[in-house]
Amino acid sequence: MAWEMRRWASPRTFAANPGGGFISLPADALKCKECSTTYPLDARYVCERCFGPLEVAYTAPTGTADELKRRIQAGPHTLWRYADFLPLTGPARSALPTGWTPLVRADRLAERLGIRELWIKNETANPTHSFKDRVVSVALARAQELGFETVACASTGNLANAVSAHAAAAGLPSYVFIPADLEEEKILATGAYGTNVVAIRGNYDAVNRLCTELSAERPWAFVNVNVRPYYAEGSKTLAYETAEQLGWEIPDRVVAPIASGSLFTKVARGFQDFIDVGLLSGSVPTMCGAQAEGCSPVAQAFAAGTDVCRPVKPDTIAKSLAIGNPADGPYAVELAQATGGVIESVTDEEIVAGIRLLAETTGIFTETAGGVTTAVLAKLAEAGAIDPDERVVAYITGDGLKTLGTVRDTFAVTEIAPSVDEFEAAFAGAGVA
Amino acid sequence: MAITVKLPTQLRDAAGNQTEAKVEGATVGEALSSLYDQHGELRTRIADDGGGLRRFVNVYLGGEDIRFLEGLETPVNDGDELTILPAVAGG
Repeated sequence: MAWEMRRWASPRTFAANPGGGFISLPADALKCKECSTTYPLDARYVCERCFGPLEVAYTAPTGTADELKRRIQAGPHTLWRYADFLPLTGPARSALPTGWTPLVRADRLAERLGIRELWIKNETANPTHSFKDRVVSVALARAQELGFETVACASTGNLANAVSAHAAAAGLPSYVFIPADLEEEKILATGAYGTNVVAIRGNYDAVNRLCTELSAERPWAFVNVNVRPYYAEGSKTLAYETAEQLGWEIPDRVVAPIASGSLFTKVARGFQDFIDVGLLSGSVPTMCGAQAEGCSPVAQAFAAGTDVCRPVKPDTIAKSLAIGNPADGPYAVELAQATGGVIESVTDEEIVAGIRLLAETTGIFTETAGGVTTAVLAKLAEAGAIDPDERVVAYITGDGLKTLGTVRDTFAVTEIAPSVDEFEAAFAGAGVA
Repeated sequence: MAITVKLPTQLRDAAGNQTEAKVEGATVGEALSSLYDQHGELRTRIADDGGGLRRFVNVYLGGEDIRFLEGLETPVNDGDELTILPAVAGG
């Protein structure tokens, strides 16, 4: 069939880009994380020998660390400033600029938690208000290089937002598959872009299974299925930016949410990349993963001392993390173990408290996934697991406007007539000291 | 009992390019053994050394992950459908 030919065709070649600062193709193969079998850089995601996941393997970038740093610093204020470390053959660009989000020093939250230095990587500042804009940027760019004309995804909401928006900006048709019970905000903020929203009667794992099957039947780039190795690379830019924004230094500890485990493992990979090329000195931070108790297969595996993540049926308000069968779960466990970190879980009540704590101390309103991250950060601090002298970075991956219902009824609204007397009656003494 | 096993694209070259196979067995494990008897290479691709499944192989019976059932011991009935899929998608 024609689409099969297109799908497996060799990557399109691009003319040189003299003004773009693009030096060379650093990616040289897809490589199985289990058995190291290599494959060409096409649309595939699973090793045919052992079914292990494929990831992008790179040749060493050309140039010295100083030259690399200068090239990065001369790049755009988007994730494409790190194009030397991303798996594209042509000029790196996208219609919806993404990344270079604020790294916010959170002194009030740090003080509350007894931490010396705490930074929040504020991913709500991305175009569709979550880190998913990063992975979609890379996936769409690569998908277009591979000749795909339609994009799709299995999503818990944030990815649906990002795929539909980036596809709209690029002029590509798109299909997003979501669990039918997703938060209304995420569905509305997806459909507005003119995508095809397909709501599945089932949980995310059922959506994912369907998309895995459909990816073999349709000539589409399912960003987190058949082009997943490229997609996942986008999360490395979270680490690159953090290091650059810290003045080319590595934090001591990172706290990040875990759904599939892809972001968590790729953040560590990002720090390791910069260490390997001499842009950073030191070692990968202590990696701490955050899950919701109602969907904590990775935290349970970590607690049991095994990398076997038994799948669960999710039951949590943190729907963006509700993956019961996490693809990168085993690697997330191994990473936490190897770096002296931990994978913790928190209850739905703690998640809501985490959302409020972050909002009240930093001015950043996050969705449930950020509540999970903040609550785990607080839990670790309260347990004395964080050395007071550590520099900690927490990744806040999505915007609170996407899960508004979770904070409903957690605060009071004072309703009065437009009368000074009524105001005085309600707020007697307030602010008149 | 006659069971249908649906094969993912990644395994079809080891099964004569078929999209599915008809096998026999009273459990998921027996059905998979029957599959391996027909297509020997599939055993090395999806089974581990202990006879279990490799960690990135998912098997579904009628759409349900067998790990929520009784794993390889899950009984199967005549006409049931097993689906083998890679576990590494999503997220």
